[in-house]
Amino acid sequence: MARAATTTDAFNAVAEPRRRQILDALAGGERPVNDLVDLLGLAQPQVSKHLRVLREVGAVEVREEGRRRLYRLNGRALKPIHDWVKNYERSWSERFEALDVVLEDLKRKEQGDGGRDE
Amino acid sequence: MVDVTSSGTATVELPADDQILITREFNAPRDLVYKAWTTPELVKRWWSGQRGEVTLAEIDLRVGGKWRYVMVCPGDLEVAFHGEYREIVPNERIVSTEAYEGVPDPDANATLNTLTLTEADGRTTLEVVVQAPSKEIRDAIIDSGMETGMQEAMDALEQVAISLR
Repeated sequence: MARAATTTDAFNAVAEPRRRQILDALAGGERPVNDLVDLLGLAQPQVSKHLRVLREVGAVEVREEGRRRLYRLNGRALKPIHDWVKNYERSWSERFEALDVVLEDLKRKEQGDGGRDE
Repeated sequence: MVDVTSSGTATVELPADDQILITREFNAPRDLVYKAWTTPELVKRWWSGQRGEVTLAEIDLRVGGKWRYVMVCPGDLEVAFHGEYREIVPNERIVSTEAYEGVPDPDANATLNTLTLTEADGRTTLEVVVQAPSKEIRDAIIDSGMETGMQEAMDALEQVAISLR
């Protein structure tokens, strides 16, 4: 599929495992950069670099609180990834709906045989 | 017994660059889910979902044994997958390869799939981890889902068009 240039789209932004770790951490709530430094075990300049990439695609937002800069997740920016996966998810959902029907039949048969207490 | 047939939709996550995780809960004990997953005549009833008809389901359920499924989609398009069982724990876990026969050198591009079934209160959580050999192949698998979705949308559109004639 067509994608925008490096670091300007959500796909590239989350392609880096460390950046996904940052997103996971921020999914739990707003955090100052020091928290992320501790959590990832990276030097602050590296964490800041990752945060900058995530901010460029809008996946992360920042606000100042006194002398601290607090980072938070903006899930909407990750929607293109969600959309990309959605159709794949739908074919599995349809497959599993058919499996539900098979399972109901199997349950009925087992009950008919008196093989299972329910 | 509460008979809830619809147990919700599958969730798909991308835990790593080269992985896909599919999760779904079923309103049935896990021995039945395992049976439906590993019995050819039952696989024929669900594996194609709404995409076509399963014309072949071969399962040699033992470590080193092979499996092969073929479905025919509208327009006589044949879609075939095959693989080999690597690990089998009855009712709990199956590790197997999965190769799509529609690409050059299917086996070199095969994924390693781990099925895990866990049961609680008569309900079963099914997890499939798809481990692809590369990010590119992982992405191509997701893209194929997109194509399928498009195909279904086109089919639905065609039905509407026919009904308007």
